[in-house]
Amino acid sequence: MLIETKGLKKVFKSRGKAVEAVRGVDLSVKEGEIFGLLGPNGAGKTTTMRMLSTLIEPTEGQVSVCGHDLASDPAAVRRDIGYVGQEGGTWGEVTAREELIMQGRLYGMSKKQSSARAEEVLESFQLSEFAGRTVKTYSGGQKRRLDIALGIMHQPKILFLDEPTTGLDPQSRAHMWDEVRSLRERGTAIFLTTHYLDEADALCDRLAIIDNGEIVTEGTPLELKKEVAGDVVAIGLTGNAADAADLLRPKDFIREIEAGEADPTTEVAILRMYVDDGAAALPELLRLLDGAAKDGADIAIASIELHRPSLDDVFLKQTGRSLREEN
Amino acid sequence: MKTLRDTWLVYSRSMKLNLKQPVWLIVMLVQPLYFLFLFAPLLEGMDGQPGFEEGAMETFVPGLIIMMALFGSAFVGFGLIAELRQGVIERMRVTPVSRIALMLGRTLASVTTTLFQSLALVLLAALTGKLEIYWPGVFLMLVIVLLTSFMLAGLSLGLAIVLKSEDAMGPVINTLVQPIMLISGIMLPMVMAPQWLQNVADFNPFYYAVQASRDLFAGHLDTAAVWQAPVILGALAIVLVWWATRKFARAVA
Repeated sequence: MLIETKGLKKVFKSRGKAVEAVRGVDLSVKEGEIFGLLGPNGAGKTTTMRMLSTLIEPTEGQVSVCGHDLASDPAAVRRDIGYVGQEGGTWGEVTAREELIMQGRLYGMSKKQSSARAEEVLESFQLSEFAGRTVKTYSGGQKRRLDIALGIMHQPKILFLDEPTTGLDPQSRAHMWDEVRSLRERGTAIFLTTHYLDEADALCDRLAIIDNGEIVTEGTPLELKKEVAGDVVAIGLTGNAADAADLLRPKDFIREIEAGEADPTTEVAILRMYVDDGAAALPELLRLLDGAAKDGADIAIASIELHRPSLDDVFLKQTGRSLREEN
Repeated sequence: MKTLRDTWLVYSRSMKLNLKQPVWLIVMLVQPLYFLFLFAPLLEGMDGQPGFEEGAMETFVPGLIIMMALFGSAFVGFGLIAELRQGVIERMRVTPVSRIALMLGRTLASVTTTLFQSLALVLLAALTGKLEIYWPGVFLMLVIVLLTSFMLAGLSLGLAIVLKSEDAMGPVINTLVQPIMLISGIMLPMVMAPQWLQNVADFNPFYYAVQASRDLFAGHLDTAAVWQAPVILGALAIVLVWWATRKFARAVA
């Protein structure tokens, strides 16, 4: 295991009030995997990552990173990890080449070693062309590539990426995913935070979903989606959605059902259910609801949607809220 | 050894950045030049008066140099705020670089530019031909300039980390520096002040810095201020740099 935490906690004191940002996180990251921490803004993702990368001290908990104890030997941890913050880490009048060489030297490399390594890294991140230009002239995508290049100058065992694609255009985002995957191919483990569902799904080998400072579930994206058994059907209704839910609940093919609140403007409430076979269930559902409406129930169907379970359904099931709405 | 090497790395990076913005170094010289050419002539008639026994310019120029050290160093924190916001400090804090080096390297870079500006100012003042310069004294005076700048750069960098915003930084620094400057005797010697104000000045470390600079500039190497100033400024510098290093070690943007 590259990272193992037990009961990791962080309490911030602000204006005399204690705020629990992270409340007892247990997680583990294996060698060579892309591990994602998925959660809404303010869930404790960045705080967790900052603790693991020695930037802030945990209030409580046992943490081992690359075999070193975080609390007693942060210096050893620093040698083995790379970190790329949300803001990046470059600015202004410096050039990419200068900053990379400086970074290598901060890790103890000689001038010669660091220069050679900088050229290698510039090449592999397609930055050689701009290496002598000041960072302020870089595009968002170029700057992001440089940020990551700085993070891996010393060939860390694990690279921390805090929201690596926030603010990037779709094309740069796709490039970033490729970049992260190719780092894994070369043996670097990745620990990233994200609030993008598709990113967590497509990029991560394993992920933990965090909400309110606690891990709600952990596994491969596939495992997590399998937790949500069957298919998801969401029916938009006007009228009495709770009645409709009561009507459908006893049916065998429906595993779970719940009625959401009506939208104040459209008056449509979402009736969400997990069924064994979505394609077969749809006609049956329509027949049942239609029949009930004809018998005088206050129900009218506004929309209907069927999909395979997504990570959003996983989050919804665990927390009762949708990540999509949060963002 | 590692601390020295790391300090050198951070120092050379800061110096390189300073040299890429030479405009700044010149701008910082312009203000004292205003004082030299637009204010100093007002003092010419004071030659030989109480507080100006060594001559008007000989009294004013050493004070002016301390003022430049004061303003030049008190504002170095501004550059740090931008680096803090852009994640540069965070990136460096994740490397195994010595914590004190992150702070010391930047402080020393500020000291270096201030020393160069001081020398430039002395040379420019010498060119006006209105004052006598005792060169050994000038070089000893640079030690006082060094300590002044070291201490204020430490304070300014520490404040930058605490305040994290340029908007807050400007007023705070001005509020701190203005009274310090007014009761240090830079503009007019404190012997002209009423007794109560002189008593207040006794608690101002920069009062000693200005006194010591004047004494050294005039070649009086054995006055009380000449030993008081380095002791007071040195002690304050150690405390402030230590404080700022602690702030640095925990800085999160």
